[in-house]
Amino acid sequence: MSALIIAIVFWVAATALNGWIARTRPNARWAKLFVPALFGATLLILWEGLVRGLNVSPVILPAPSAIAARFAESTDVLWGDFAQTILKGALAGYVIGCGAAVLVAIAIDRSPFLKRGLLPVGNFVAALPIVGIAPILVMWFGFDWQSKAAVVVMMVFFPVLVNMVAGLAATDRLQRDLMATYSASYSQTLAKLRLPAAMPFLFNGLKIATTLALIGAIVAEFFGSPTRGMGFRISTAVGQLDMPLVWSEIAVAALAGSGFFGLMALIEKAVTFWHPSQRRR
Amino acid sequence: MKSVLPILTVLAAIVVIWYGAAVGLNSKWTYDQAARAGQDVSFSQLVTDTMTQERPVLPAPHQVAKGLWEGVAGQKITSKRSLVYHGGVTFSATMAGFVLGAVAGILLAVGIVHNRAMDMSVMPWAIASQTIPILAIAPMVIVVLASLGIKGLLPKAIIAAYLSFFPILVGMVKGLRAPDGMQLDLLRTYNASGSETFWKLRLPSSMPYFFASLKVGIAAALVGTIVAELPAGATQGLGARLLSGSYYGQTIQIWAALFAAAALAAVLVIVVGAIEKVVLRKMGMAR
Repeated sequence: MSALIIAIVFWVAATALNGWIARTRPNARWAKLFVPALFGATLLILWEGLVRGLNVSPVILPAPSAIAARFAESTDVLWGDFAQTILKGALAGYVIGCGAAVLVAIAIDRSPFLKRGLLPVGNFVAALPIVGIAPILVMWFGFDWQSKAAVVVMMVFFPVLVNMVAGLAATDRLQRDLMATYSASYSQTLAKLRLPAAMPFLFNGLKIATTLALIGAIVAEFFGSPTRGMGFRISTAVGQLDMPLVWSEIAVAALAGSGFFGLMALIEKAVTFWHPSQRRR
Repeated sequence: MKSVLPILTVLAAIVVIWYGAAVGLNSKWTYDQAARAGQDVSFSQLVTDTMTQERPVLPAPHQVAKGLWEGVAGQKITSKRSLVYHGGVTFSATMAGFVLGAVAGILLAVGIVHNRAMDMSVMPWAIASQTIPILAIAPMVIVVLASLGIKGLLPKAIIAAYLSFFPILVGMVKGLRAPDGMQLDLLRTYNASGSETFWKLRLPSSMPYFFASLKVGIAAALVGTIVAELPAGATQGLGARLLSGSYYGQTIQIWAALFAAAALAAVLVIVVGAIEKVVLRKMGMAR
C-alpha cells in the first residue's frame, strides 16, 4: 500500500507545483517545458504506484519499470521489428504515396475539369476506413514489407493529394499577374511561385500522413506478416500474455511516430521559413 | 451542381480502370486453367471468365455489387451472413465509442480552457499523442478487457472512444478559444461571470469547430471499431467479416464488407454534416 500512498502524495504535490508555476510564471520558457514534463512524470509514477500498491496482475497492466526492463533486455528484437515495419514498410510506402500524390496534384492542377471531379472524390475517400483494404493488399503483394508499403501508399495518398491541390491554388491573383508581366512560362511560374506557395499546405498533409503511415504498416501486419515486425510482435505477444513486450513495442511505435512527425516539422521549418506561422513571435 | 459531370466522369473512369485491372489481374488464373485443360483462350472468353471467377484476385465491380446486394437484401437481418447485421454491430460500437469520446473530449476541453495549469500540462501531451499510432494497442485492449471478463460492445467502444477523443479535444479547445479579446472584453464590461461567458459566448462560438472535429472524430471512431474487430475471436462486425474473408480467400466478401464500411462512414459523416447545417442555421451562423 505504501507505494500507492507515496504516488498519491507525489501526485498532489506535483499538481500543486504545476498550478503554482502556471499562476506565477505562465510565460517563462522553462515553465512551458517543465510543466508538461512534470505532468508526464506524475502519470508514470501514479501508474507505478497503482500497479504496485494494488498488486495489479502484470497480465492486465505491467508497471512502467517492468516495461522499461523488458525494453532494455529485448532491444535487438525491437530493433528488428522497427526496421521491418517502419524503415521498410512505412517509409517506402510513405515516400511512394506522397511522391505520387504530389505528382498527381500537379498533373490535375492544369485541368479544372479533373480538379472539380477528383477533389470531392478525394475528400470522400480520405474519410473512409482505408485500413480495411489491408487484407486485399496482403493477398496481392504477399506477407513481406511490400504489402505493408502498398497499404501505406493507399492511406497517405488522398490526404496529401487534397492538401497539395489546395496548396497549388493558394497563390493570389496579384502574384500570378506579376508572373505574367514577367512573361514567365507555366513551368517557371510553377517552380518559382506556386510550388513554394504550396509548401505550407503540402507539409500539413505530410505531417498528417506520418501517423497514417505507421498505423497502416502496423495494422497491415495483423493480416499476415513474416515472423518479425511490430504488428506481428504485438499480436503474438498479446497471445502469450507477454504484456511488457507489447508495451515496449507501443513505446517504440510512439517514439517512432513522434520522431517521424518531428522530423517532418523540422524540414517544414527549414523549407517554409518565410511563412507567418514559422516566424519567431 | 457544376461539379456533377466531372465527378461522374471521374467515377466512370475509376470503374473502367477497375474492369481493366480485373481482366489483367485475373487472367493468370484463366490461362493456368486453360493450359491445364490444353485449350487456347480467345479474348472474349478471357474477358467473360475473368468477370465470373469464384475467388478472383480482383473482383469486377458488378461482382462486388452483387455481393453487397446479397449481403444487404438477400439475407434475413439476423443472419450471420447479412451485412446489415454486421454493420449494425459495428455501428452500435462506433456510436457508443463516439459518444464516450466526444463527452470526454468536450469536458476536458472545458477544463483546459478554464484552468491554466491543466492547459500547460495536458495540451502538449494531447497534441503529441496525435502523432502516435494509437491503433496499435487495439488488440491488447481487447485481450486485457476480455481477461477481466468484459466482452462484446464495450472494448470496441473504448478503442473507438480513444480514437475520436483527441480530435474532438483539440478542436473544442480551439473553438472555445475562438472569441477574440474584444468580445471577451465586452462581456467583462457587462460584469458577466465565468459561467455566463461560457454559455453565452464561448460555447456558441465554438460550434463550427465542434462540428468540424465531430466529423473527423466519427470517422476515426469507425476506423477504431473496425480495427478492434480484427483480433482473433471477434465473429461479429464488419472488421470480423474482413478478417474471415482474408482467411478463406473470399475476395468478394472482403470487397463487399469494405464497401459496406465505406457506405457506413459516408452516412455517418453526412448525418453529422446535416445536423451541423441545421444547428448552425438555427444559431444564425450559416455560411
